[in-house]
Amino acid sequence: MQWLERIGWWVGTALFCLFGIPWFLWGDSTVVLGLPLWIWWHIGWLLLASVLFWLFAQRYWGLGVEPNWQPDGDRP
Amino acid sequence: MSLEIQVAIIVGYLVLALVIGLVAYRLTERTAEDFYLASRTVGTVVLLFTTFATLLSAFTFFAGPNLAFVNGPEWLLVMGVMDGLIFAVLWYVIGYKQWLLGQQRSYVTLGEMLGDRFGSPKLRGLVAGVSLVWLFPYVMLQQVGAGTALEALTEGAIPYAFGAGLITLFMILYVVIAGFRGIAWTDTLQGAFMLITTWVALVWIIAQVGGPSVATAELEVTAREHLALGSAYYTPQYMLSTAITIGFGVAMFPQVNQRFFAAGSKRVLKQSFALWPILCLLLFVPAFLLGAWARGLETGIDVETIEAGGNVLPLILAEFTPFWFAALVIAGAMAAMMSSSDSMLLSGSSYFTRDIYRPFVDASISARREDVIARVGVVVFAVTTFIASLYNPATLFELGDAAFSGFAQLALPVIVALYWRGTTRAGIVAGIVGSQVFYLANVFNSQLTAGIIALEGALGTVPILGTVVGGFSAPLTNLVTTVFAGTYLGWSAGLVGMGLGLLLTITVSWLTRPAPDEEQAIYFEALESD
Repeated sequence: MQWLERIGWWVGTALFCLFGIPWFLWGDSTVVLGLPLWIWWHIGWLLLASVLFWLFAQRYWGLGVEPNWQPDGDRP
Repeated sequence: MSLEIQVAIIVGYLVLALVIGLVAYRLTERTAEDFYLASRTVGTVVLLFTTFATLLSAFTFFAGPNLAFVNGPEWLLVMGVMDGLIFAVLWYVIGYKQWLLGQQRSYVTLGEMLGDRFGSPKLRGLVAGVSLVWLFPYVMLQQVGAGTALEALTEGAIPYAFGAGLITLFMILYVVIAGFRGIAWTDTLQGAFMLITTWVALVWIIAQVGGPSVATAELEVTAREHLALGSAYYTPQYMLSTAITIGFGVAMFPQVNQRFFAAGSKRVLKQSFALWPILCLLLFVPAFLLGAWARGLETGIDVETIEAGGNVLPLILAEFTPFWFAALVIAGAMAAMMSSSDSMLLSGSSYFTRDIYRPFVDASISARREDVIARVGVVVFAVTTFIASLYNPATLFELGDAAFSGFAQLALPVIVALYWRGTTRAGIVAGIVGSQVFYLANVFNSQLTAGIIALEGALGTVPILGTVVGGFSAPLTNLVTTVFAGTYLGWSAGLVGMGLGLLLTITVSWLTRPAPDEEQAIYFEALESD
């Protein structure tokens, strides 16, 4: 894997984890459908995580872990 | 009458767990790999639930909702980042790599894996020793939680010591009998049971209150500030420090880390990875919302009661649901504690027998004897933590938090070793020892300064020596309190310690050469044939 690509994956993952907290809603207390908006963000973000992890497991599983990993070489 | 039914529900539940253990026992082979890892055959549902149930502890049912009650529901976000996101990523980064290595080289423990790569039984012992130091208070924490919950539920009819003792006894029985397979099966039952009871509790209470909008509106009247994201308690530094240290700590907890070796196939790992965030969402949202909403409802539960050690979840259940349902949920909470503790007992025992007893005490031990020692280890570990729990008054949260951060210190040196060939034995040892010393000095900061003052007092009584070396305590305690300040610009000592461990591992590896018996290629080339 190229250096840049590797850094991209790490930074992307870190940012994704970081936005598990909606920083832009800091101090906000808007209530939507009986729950604070930031709790809805939490629910949506974890659902999104599940979808992204599923896609990753389908297409990229082995990336960075298996030494000779190839994009299409890992179909069971 | 109601007391008898409550006790019957709880005992019935314990017996059910034991029966499952006995069924699992019939499938058990007499080998260490089977006792510890069910011979690496675990499927998706069982792996997912056993990891999940193992992770959940008294915190989800007691300390967590209490925090939501006192400070607001922001803990949900902390849990989301730590468990739903960071741990899931580590599931891949650490877990998948460990699983591949375990498949090829039959590792059962983390220490074994590191000791083999770095050609060092001492490193193996170090990792096991550090892990056992943190595991002990955490198992104790679970027993404290169980005893307290039973006492509160039965209004003192079952005293603390009896409740905690009863749970300890049942755990010893099914762990000793059935090993990992028994634990994984009971965990699956316990995990499902916890999910269902928590949701029923939420729906039940919300239906009586008049819906989530009413509950939130009442919370707004009582504690308006809880609806806004962030507070003086929930600072960004606090939330991130907690999420990161606990998330990484979880991956190094022996009972969780060992599960990385137990998956039956790559497919199992993939499916569990993708389902993980949803499972976290399903359990934490109802548990923490109940705690948060309880603050606004007319329940007579006040902040003082909770801060004095009361638990909001049993109190609100007693208020809104029939006693038998409250007993069911408490049984669910005990399930959470048992499913964490049983696995910890087993993993603690495996760390001890494989990484300390075998390399350092008796290398020629037979397979049959290792099997016996592993089971004796479980009993000794459970009984000593139980005895300790009778004397320990510290709150659940402080104990648990110290253990998670303690384990978190191991994570970065291990990740560096797994992914960078240049890591040397000296480097990883420096990273592990340095970060542990730093974090322990922070945890025991006040004892450290008291020790310095006592030492000066003792030296002062020696005629000449006292005047020569006297006067050191003031500058030294000053130094200790500055360096081991507990928090650094709002960031926790646990997080700073992780950074220190990373820095030490990398720089010392850079400065040293690998020892002759290190096998640098193991983590890379061995996988290439896969």
